[in-house]
Amino acid sequence: MSDLIKLSLADIQKGLKAKKFSASEVTSAYLNEIDASNPKLNAYVSIENEQALSMAKASDEKLAKGTGGALEGVPLGIKDLFATKGSHTQAGSHILDGFKPEYESFITNNLWQDGAVMLGKLNMDEFAMGSSNETSYYGAVINPHRASGSNKDLVPGGSSGGSAAAVSAFLCAGATATDTGGSIRQPAAFTGTVGIKPTYGRCSRWGVVAFASSLDQAGPITRTVEDSALMLSSMAGFDKLDSTSVDLAVPDFAAAIERGVKGLRIGVPKEYRMDGMPDEIEKLWQQGLAWLKDEGAIIKDISLPHTKYALPAYYIVAPAEASSNLARYDGVKYGLRVNGDSIDEMYENTRAKGFGAEVQRRVLIGTYVLSAGYYDAYYVKAQKVRTLIKRDFETVFNDGIDAILTPATPSAAFGVNDQEMKADPVKMYLNDIFTVTVNMAGLPAIAVPAGKDKAGLPLGLQLIGKPFDEETLFAAGRVIERSAGLDFTPKKWW
Amino acid sequence: MSLVDTRTPDPKKFIKGATGDWEMVIGLEIHAQVTSESKLFSGSSTQFGNAPNSNVSFVDAAMPGMLPTINQECVRQAVRTGLGLKAKINNRSIFDRKNYFYPDLPQGYQISQFKDPIVGEGIVYLDMGKDGEVEIGIERLHLEQDAGKSIHDQHPNMSFIDLNRSGVALMEIVSKPDIRSSEEARTYIAKIRTILRYLGTCDGNMEQGSLRADINVSVRSPGGEFGTRCEIKNVNSMRFAVAAIEYEARRQIDILEDGGKIDQETRLFDSKSGKTRSMRSKEEAHDYRYFPDPDLLPLEFDDEFVAALAKDLPELPDEKHDRFVSEYSITSYDASVLISSRSNADFFENVAKGRDGKLAANWVINEFFGRLAKEELDVSNSPISAKQLGGIIDLISSGDISGKIAKDLFEIVWGEGGDPADIVEKRSMKQVSDTGAIEKMIDEIISTNPEQVEKVKLKPQLIGWFVGQVMKASQGKANPQAVNKILKEKLGL
Repeated sequence: MSDLIKLSLADIQKGLKAKKFSASEVTSAYLNEIDASNPKLNAYVSIENEQALSMAKASDEKLAKGTGGALEGVPLGIKDLFATKGSHTQAGSHILDGFKPEYESFITNNLWQDGAVMLGKLNMDEFAMGSSNETSYYGAVINPHRASGSNKDLVPGGSSGGSAAAVSAFLCAGATATDTGGSIRQPAAFTGTVGIKPTYGRCSRWGVVAFASSLDQAGPITRTVEDSALMLSSMAGFDKLDSTSVDLAVPDFAAAIERGVKGLRIGVPKEYRMDGMPDEIEKLWQQGLAWLKDEGAIIKDISLPHTKYALPAYYIVAPAEASSNLARYDGVKYGLRVNGDSIDEMYENTRAKGFGAEVQRRVLIGTYVLSAGYYDAYYVKAQKVRTLIKRDFETVFNDGIDAILTPATPSAAFGVNDQEMKADPVKMYLNDIFTVTVNMAGLPAIAVPAGKDKAGLPLGLQLIGKPFDEETLFAAGRVIERSAGLDFTPKKWW
Repeated sequence: MSLVDTRTPDPKKFIKGATGDWEMVIGLEIHAQVTSESKLFSGSSTQFGNAPNSNVSFVDAAMPGMLPTINQECVRQAVRTGLGLKAKINNRSIFDRKNYFYPDLPQGYQISQFKDPIVGEGIVYLDMGKDGEVEIGIERLHLEQDAGKSIHDQHPNMSFIDLNRSGVALMEIVSKPDIRSSEEARTYIAKIRTILRYLGTCDGNMEQGSLRADINVSVRSPGGEFGTRCEIKNVNSMRFAVAAIEYEARRQIDILEDGGKIDQETRLFDSKSGKTRSMRSKEEAHDYRYFPDPDLLPLEFDDEFVAALAKDLPELPDEKHDRFVSEYSITSYDASVLISSRSNADFFENVAKGRDGKLAANWVINEFFGRLAKEELDVSNSPISAKQLGGIIDLISSGDISGKIAKDLFEIVWGEGGDPADIVEKRSMKQVSDTGAIEKMIDEIISTNPEQVEKVKLKPQLIGWFVGQVMKASQGKANPQAVNKILKEKLGL
């Protein structure tokens, strides 16, 4: 049974179709593993045993008849940010205590329509704000990977830390995640998993608890590039209830993965070569370029001159939108209410108690930058920077670049409760240095595990693509995955 | 917006103060609920009067992860209204979030339009009777969500929330500060309401809150610099608007004449006391932190979309007024009365078509509208139809009945119904124009009243007595013209 959980999502699909095992068996195997591992890893905030088994049973009936969807019987974990009807949906926050929506997000609905099985809801940074999954009301998620010879707990990255840890530790076949500034790609890089943030508008945001609406985009975290393509094909699609969703046919992403990179022009942005970047990251980057070149890609040096403004601009735009998006959590309608002697006092008590420190910090920043007298200096300026960042990418793509290769993160996973980052939030924010530009420009990007540092910790590379050209990312990502040829299975310590 | 004075000070409108004359400057923001089946950004019903919280979707309740999607019908209604206000239609507009906390505002922000509204500058013409026509500028019209309703009287220390209205589409129509009296303000609100009702874009029902006004009032020495304004919030009747403006202007004048200065603030009108009182000062004003709503793309449409709506626009009050004057040869005043609502105007046209316009206008306005008002009815539930009223007018025009008999006939038709011609026939109400019959009656009256005949020769105005006798003898049915003519001949006058 324990072998079942180590199968890739694609192999589970094949095994189920060939009736080598049943959906109920795979689901039970995962539930057992969750039961055994979750107390240590804290990846799940809610485990839906009964629902999972009944969904698996329904899948088995369909599979027996030879019917069923593309993901029939495949057990998945769902980030707590996605509304799942009748089950835990709290965005990792205290303020949504007890909230169980009466609706299903567009994306999870797609997955269930395609036959996937929900194992439970995955831990995350509160309202997706964080890069270490330590801001969750439900406590930190622990990275299944440890430095060799060390018993120090490491973070899985964030905000989709629960998703990345669960996929890495075989607590699901794949997981949904979301990415506002790097929240899919950074945890994927920290856990040796594959994470893609699709083009803004590719996946509907309907039913996904909002952090920063103009940046939020959902995507999968999986163990292989192929699995990533399979899952995204099911998650993506036009949704008329999301005005920012784009009405484009969803390609068969899995069909693109073996396309190769012959003749593709891969850009190497000089601005991503940062001072103080560890040698290992630089080496990995060069290695990635060499692999792509070996397979026929043309490597080109490019410039994205406004890169350095991306992070500061991001930390204006994202908190601004968040401060408004989170206004609805006021104790009036649902979730936590802490009473007071007046309505204002009730608001204050509820929001002081319901939101953690990082969320409060960002709400304050966001409120500040939108205030009268500061709006033009901060928000308007940040939007101008955003336009320039977009233009940087348009220019290189117009010049014939097909995709851009960069490191995914400036380092491997760091320790839980890192005092330096705790003392200086900006240090934590720097985790997103390679990823935020992509959100600011609305582009697709994939993080693929490509190497390991001296301590054996996973390191990832990021490929950035043209709008709605996720296919090229899967093809190039597959080349990196194959060329690296490494096993990213964490050594079980838990 | 920069303030431009478009009006010439009119001494008739000045307010006398202790230190001299004062002039009011008024600008209005009218909030008009858009007539639409569903809300601005959700599919929930907009029906009034349903059980609390029964017209509420996940979007209206601001559930986590819910997104707004624009209701195209509300966009069409706003564009129609813009066209009706002869305003510039902006093919690209932007929805912004207006952020503030209030329990009946579930999102914690209202989706509105701030910098780029759907409709820009326009013009409304007011018919101020003998003072002539006044032109009031429209600054803009934008679409926004209504809030829910807080109910404070159901529990000693809690408030109840009804979200039925939450998310219903409103049009905020902002005038330029072109209004100079409470009467102009009243006429302006009435005119806007008439235009909206003609267009079918708002039912204009002020009692139900479908139309309400925020009134900006300031005073100045005539033609001088604009003064500091106060905004009176949420006035929901035209009578209150007049009272609020009059009170507020006087309040401001008293302060200024005492050497004080006006604080820019938001005020409320208390209809019981007839006074306005401070709601919040400028310092207490919210910082709404407007920014473009990232959940919504800019609202864009092409010229064809606007042209198609323009093509199907109904005839508007101003155009109808001018057409009535030229087509039916009626006075401008009568036309203004007749066009006050589309159904009134339609009723008149049905009566007037193919008939004497002046006679029709006279009957519709004086007899018909007068009677409706007396009975608190309107055209839609009138007991008498345009066809019936037309029938009465036909009988007058053909000389079959006199105006006086016509009034009796109107009473009969109003109370009992029926075809006027049939009634006249059956009840022998036709006036007698047969000169032979009239001559016979006159001969008899002359022969039995010799003293009167002597008198009338000295005092010709006494002919009225003879007319009265003939009418009495004919039970009012004798044709008065014929009676007069024959009497004069017979009496040698």
